[in-house]
Amino acid sequence: MSILINQNSRVVTQGITGKTGEFHTRHCVAYALGRQCFVAGVTPGKGGQHVEGIPVFDTVAEARDTTGANVSVVYVPPRFAAAAIDEAVEAGMDVVICITEGVPVKDMILTRYKMHDKQTILVGPNCPGVITPEEVKIGIMPGYIHKRGRVGVVSRSGTLTYEVVDQLTRLDLGQSTCVGTGGDPVNGLKHLDVMKMFNDDSDTEGVVMVGEIGGSDEEACAAWVKEHMTKPVVGFIAGVTAPPGKRMGHAGAIISGGKGTANEKIAAMEEAGIRVTRNPGDIGKLMKEALG
Amino acid sequence: MKIHEYQGKTILNAYGVRTPAGRSCFTVEEAVTAAQELGGEVWVVKAQIHAGGRGKGGGVQMARSLEEVHQHASAILGMTLVTHQTGPEGKVVKRLLVEEGADIQREYYLGVVVDRGAQRVVIMASSEGGTEIEEVAARTPDKIHKITVDPVTGLTRDQAQDLAARIGLPDSTLDQATDLLVALYRTFWETDASLAEINPLILTGNQDVLALDAKLNFDDNALFRHPEFQELRDLDEEDPNEIEASKFGLSYISLDGDIGCLVNGAGLAMATMDIIKLYGAEPANFLDVGGGATTEQVTEAFKIMMRNPNLKAILVNIFGGIMRCDIIAEGLVNAAKEVHLNVPLVVRLEGTNVEKGREIIADSTVKIVAAESMSDAAGKVVAAARG
Repeated sequence: MSILINQNSRVVTQGITGKTGEFHTRHCVAYALGRQCFVAGVTPGKGGQHVEGIPVFDTVAEARDTTGANVSVVYVPPRFAAAAIDEAVEAGMDVVICITEGVPVKDMILTRYKMHDKQTILVGPNCPGVITPEEVKIGIMPGYIHKRGRVGVVSRSGTLTYEVVDQLTRLDLGQSTCVGTGGDPVNGLKHLDVMKMFNDDSDTEGVVMVGEIGGSDEEACAAWVKEHMTKPVVGFIAGVTAPPGKRMGHAGAIISGGKGTANEKIAAMEEAGIRVTRNPGDIGKLMKEALG
Repeated sequence: MKIHEYQGKTILNAYGVRTPAGRSCFTVEEAVTAAQELGGEVWVVKAQIHAGGRGKGGGVQMARSLEEVHQHASAILGMTLVTHQTGPEGKVVKRLLVEEGADIQREYYLGVVVDRGAQRVVIMASSEGGTEIEEVAARTPDKIHKITVDPVTGLTRDQAQDLAARIGLPDSTLDQATDLLVALYRTFWETDASLAEINPLILTGNQDVLALDAKLNFDDNALFRHPEFQELRDLDEEDPNEIEASKFGLSYISLDGDIGCLVNGAGLAMATMDIIKLYGAEPANFLDVGGGATTEQVTEAFKIMMRNPNLKAILVNIFGGIMRCDIIAEGLVNAAKEVHLNVPLVVRLEGTNVEKGREIIADSTVKIVAAESMSDAAGKVVAAARG
């Protein structure tokens, strides 16, 4: 198994004719079974063209009807990204993965509002994407560091996730699926949602959960883990040294009003039985010990 | 983006939120003229800096004569105001707000924020105005009332009136409090604010409900919709290094330590700061060169970092995904040519084109300490800083 995406996913790239969309689609197509998974692209007004041999359509609905696409990945520029997500949701995609960074929060509030009675799962925005190693990569992560295996990875960050993946691969553990949920305050899947999926996934034997300062997603996830998780969880929280009130890159990575500190999150996770390390160089090692 | 109180009040007034009458001033003379024009017998002279806690730091003074306005304006303009939000170095006051004095009978709190859990806008209100809302939340959480706003219908008058009643505003003032709350929410929503805080909201002796203070922050990602806000930015309130970095699309934040960090990605950058601390030293900065930096951006990143006189060593930690290691290596070599690199440089490169990156550094005259992993890099940079 795996979660969210696998070799049967049929992917449409929204914004495929843009520089970013084209670049990453090329790399995704080249990764594992990407050639069979990436079936369509969408750019309004550019229907009929081809990118990397992939047909381009004017709308997601057309792409779906013609190619059977059921997963969308969005590289559309920030000011149009929420509308692109809305279109994919309207077209009934099972999963929408929004890579775009810098989407206005108000746009995401409205988009999430419109999604409340829909089945579509949203990942992101402002995320690296999702990869099920050696099957399909949908996003901007470097494919070659991944290896098929038994550890699920969920993280709000991009490059820090690559660091963790690299450690797991070097220790020969590999990954079942890696999910970057993104750093924005209003977004789709949270740590908690992904943790539940990993708990139900037969290919996943343990989970690495990487969090960072800001919000309370990690605390909410920890509370659930304490009551329901049947697999070992290893955690790391970035930002122990981050000063309050300073935004650390992501729109969401900020300690405001004394809330969302790394120490609070670490305490909540430890209380839930999650093995937390303060050394980001030791995450893989700790997972290996946890799996025995 | 943060703006000053007087700028926030101008925007709030335009949406119908009532405040005491006031004028912004840059000189003592302007302050006295403002008081004269405002009339009355009591004025308040308020330092305009972006940090909160101005009153406790001596930046807000009441004046009962024009002489006192002159006196306070002279004292506050140019003073270095230290509050719990400015850091120990404080902020030099360059602007004032002179307002008519208000007859305060009671103080309340109003705040509008985005609730990440609810994924909606939430309005918080409390009868405990004037103090830090975090303190109220910690001490007496039952005194904070919240309303989650439906993004399509917006804040309804019924919701607003109910909230005003719950914090104890007198019945006779509920109509104007409702107007104020609806106007405050509209300001937040229509300006793409990330925070709108009225602390305190006051009830006057004449039973008027006014916003005595105002804090508005905007969502940087939505500023393209509000070009008129561009001129409200006050560069004096920002760290010059952070401004310089933002010109080159870099995210830089000055910190107090002595080990410079150059990293790609915010999460990895924070983790790098953390591991330096874990190995017993302190990071000098947060610096995220982003996912797709060019050689020029990396060169600029080095130059900005090198301006810090406290720097004892530098750690470059790159996990190349989209960012290629050869780009980082070229930027590093260029920067070393342009600035005199007089501190040890520890480099940990991993990911796309890593071999090419290592070759570029090996072929240059730049001396580096190569590291194999994050732990290795942290150990080496801390040892290097200690000489």
